[in-house]
Amino acid sequence: MKPSPFTYHAPETLKAALALKAEYGDEAKFLAGGQSLIPAMNFRATQPERLIDVNGLRELDFVKTEGAELRLGALTRVRRLERERLIKQWSPLLAETVPHIAHPQIRNRGTVGGSLAHADPAAELPVILLALNGRVRAQSTSGSRWLNADEFFITLFTTTLQADEMLVEVALPQLPARTGTAFLEVARRHGDYAMMGVAAVVTLNESGVCTSARLVYLNAGDKPMYAAQASAALNGHALTEASIAEAASLASSQEIEPMGNLHASPAFQRHLAAVLTKRALRLAAERAVA
Amino acid sequence: MTELHSLKFTVNSQTYEKQVEARLLLSDFLRHELGLSGTHVGCEHGVCGACTILFDGEPVRSCLMLAVQANGHELHTVESLGTPNKLHPLQEAFWEKHGLQCGYCTPGILMTLKAFLRENPTPTEAEVREALSGNLCRCTGYQNIVDAAMLAAEKLKA
Repeated sequence: MKPSPFTYHAPETLKAALALKAEYGDEAKFLAGGQSLIPAMNFRATQPERLIDVNGLRELDFVKTEGAELRLGALTRVRRLERERLIKQWSPLLAETVPHIAHPQIRNRGTVGGSLAHADPAAELPVILLALNGRVRAQSTSGSRWLNADEFFITLFTTTLQADEMLVEVALPQLPARTGTAFLEVARRHGDYAMMGVAAVVTLNESGVCTSARLVYLNAGDKPMYAAQASAALNGHALTEASIAEAASLASSQEIEPMGNLHASPAFQRHLAAVLTKRALRLAAERAVA
Repeated sequence: MTELHSLKFTVNSQTYEKQVEARLLLSDFLRHELGLSGTHVGCEHGVCGACTILFDGEPVRSCLMLAVQANGHELHTVESLGTPNKLHPLQEAFWEKHGLQCGYCTPGILMTLKAFLRENPTPTEAEVREALSGNLCRCTGYQNIVDAAMLAAEKLKA
């Protein structure tokens, strides 16, 4: 259980890192936190010929606001999100989710950009990005482009990043007033891969009627799963036990495709999805008016 | 592929300069190159916590880092905590509360707790359990580990 041999590069600038990726393409993988890549290499599930270690690119480690968006550098350690007051103020959803990501030791190394680029359907950050309708910036030697969350995740461990691109920045929009959020997941041990998880974002108008809802699920398919129909069904309605139950039933039976695993059958995952949806929607609705 | 990389970093306040293969894991480097066998290897994929060390003061999985990544950084392993004649308060607490049996998970737990108690000197039992969620123990059932952690918090405050 040791990695196979590879050539190791540790570029000192973003420009140098991008030049290496442009030259070697799919032969080279970026090493950021390494909390997903190195286990895979230890198992020899992946055997990259080259690693481009980007941990020296400190300019990609930042948390700031720009206009109506929270901007996170790709190299920002997940642990920093737990500690930064700006995160708690700006995105309660992100602040609530981060303690569920693996364990403190993993969060000390794992990065925001790495988690999103790795696109594990059981990871929390892709779900949050999709729930918040965020976007990511990809850069290469030929330029830079923004990718919306809903066009970023294709399937298992696959995003729209091209072979010469590096994810360098993440943008999360500020949520409108009267918006409540909630993140819930169920895992056998706190920090393990969750059997099911959901992020809920709801906006209510002055009369308590929902004007916008987004339900996104974790470990519920080959990528973060947005339950578009269940979310739309809540639009124009008050969040009552009845409308919440209907959304939960629709999402868990029609809009997710859990694959099952050692700890949970697909049927159990669907059951959990329904339960968590109800709890998350109730919480989000309470918080929208708080 | 057997290209060697030069490293210079400190472990337990001692500076080392070594040449290593890129694929050498930090856990293996500490154990085999430096002879610091206190850091244990349990799973090599980041779930058991036996390999936890402090990297620039923060607990990390040494099995999920390459030795080359430690270049220029400050590492602390369990050997830095104390000596048989002068145990660290954490080690004393584990002794007094029988917080270990085979001891395999213990170094990782001690290093995790060292950082945790520095950040949260007056934890509740629930907070200790959450802090230790990334460390697995097959022997003790965790109760004595938690008791030892709470006792260590008391000792460190005094």
